[in-house]
Amino acid sequence: MSREQNIQYKLVRCKINGVERETMVDVRASLTDMLRGDYRLSSVKKGCEVGECGACNVLIDGECYNSCIYLAVWADGKEIRTLEGLLGENGELSDIQQAFIDETAVQCGFCTPGIIMSAVEILESGKEYTREELRKLLSGHLCRCTGYENILNAVEKTMKKRLGKL
Amino acid sequence: MYDIKALYEAENISHAIQLLEKHPAAQIIAGGSDVLVQIREGKRAGAELVSIYGLEELRGVCLEQDDTLRIGSLTSFSHITRDPLIQRIIPVLGEAVDMVGGPQIRNIGTIGGNTCNGVTSADSASTLFAWDAVIELTGPEGSRRIPIQEFYIRAGKVDLRPAEIQTGILIQKKSYEGYAGHYIKYAMRNAMDIAALGCSVNVKLTADKKSIEDVRIAYGVAGPVPMRAVHAEEAGRGKKITEDSIERVSEAVLEDIMPRDSWRASKAFREHISKVLCKRALKEAILRAGYTELKTEHTDSLHVGTAYRGGEQG
Repeated sequence: MSREQNIQYKLVRCKINGVERETMVDVRASLTDMLRGDYRLSSVKKGCEVGECGACNVLIDGECYNSCIYLAVWADGKEIRTLEGLLGENGELSDIQQAFIDETAVQCGFCTPGIIMSAVEILESGKEYTREELRKLLSGHLCRCTGYENILNAVEKTMKKRLGKL
Repeated sequence: MYDIKALYEAENISHAIQLLEKHPAAQIIAGGSDVLVQIREGKRAGAELVSIYGLEELRGVCLEQDDTLRIGSLTSFSHITRDPLIQRIIPVLGEAVDMVGGPQIRNIGTIGGNTCNGVTSADSASTLFAWDAVIELTGPEGSRRIPIQEFYIRAGKVDLRPAEIQTGILIQKKSYEGYAGHYIKYAMRNAMDIAALGCSVNVKLTADKKSIEDVRIAYGVAGPVPMRAVHAEEAGRGKKITEDSIERVSEAVLEDIMPRDSWRASKAFREHISKVLCKRALKEAILRAGYTELKTEHTDSLHVGTAYRGGEQG
């Protein structure tokens, strides 16, 4: 451990979008800082930076977290997924991304990666949720453009398609 | 980058205590959804931090040998809500913490952090008060256990001694056996909001399910720290269940609470909804305890929501 007046660094090893990575991280960095700065994963947006808006949302060990209020050093040993990890081998969009386009659930797009990662957690649970439950599950995101209805439509339709009910 | 002077990561409980002894000015960071935000705001800028987030031994819910329910202090809100023991023994706690913030906040926020903040609006606190929770603290001299009412000293100040960390929250068998409860949060938004008032009520009915053997009523944001409504409890204990007796319990609440005016709600409004929430939560708790002859009000209409991390005062 370095002295207090010096900048402290820590080696952080983690799996990011399926690939083992490691880098020295300033202990003052948020996970957003590390993902954007060190790994150039620019889908992870800096919105409010106080855990209100959900633009920086990523999956850590299968659960959604606002990476802006998550210290980068805590990511050591974790499995992290961002929007970039959803693309197919040749850059194809995943079903949920395509649904956002089809349903016009994207306008300025700033909130979209965070919301899609919440949608991924919802879809991968394999459960069928009511519209009301989906609203609650997506309530950690702010979107100033769409009014949310099209976002809900996109998530709901993808959920039903994956469950073979649409 | 956060304005952090130094960060020390604890590897286990005794290491956390050693770090806190070595760095007496350091603040404890658990999930960080309050601490990091306060650093960002400048309130705690330049802080030295001891991170206990990595202490897996403080996560999870279990039953101790004497059937005391033990909740590790770092258990996240979402894990509490999903836990089968919580769902069986004290489902109201899982429901209460499911109203904190939004989904991402409930994944990072811990019940220990929620109580150690010492804020009156914490969604877990009124329910923990209402179930006579015991707080376990571990420090250089070992562990001690104190009732949650003694843990809260004043707004923002809890009985956490130098180099101590909260390691568990316990609910004894005598405190949960036979009880059923309900929590109502009154807030403006359905998510990402802080309670204007929170009311948690639980009851134990007599064997014939016609009378209230015991009732416990607790509030958040009805005073500087969470509190029990002892006069109201007294008014209900031993009484036959009627609309009238429930009304009298809720009227007695005003003898106990001391809410203040704030931008979130006025004192007068808080006094009013204190009575209403008590009545509704008490009715729902009575129904959950097995009474069947009561007309319910629309408890759901007030069940609006969800509070923020709890890290702000009403």
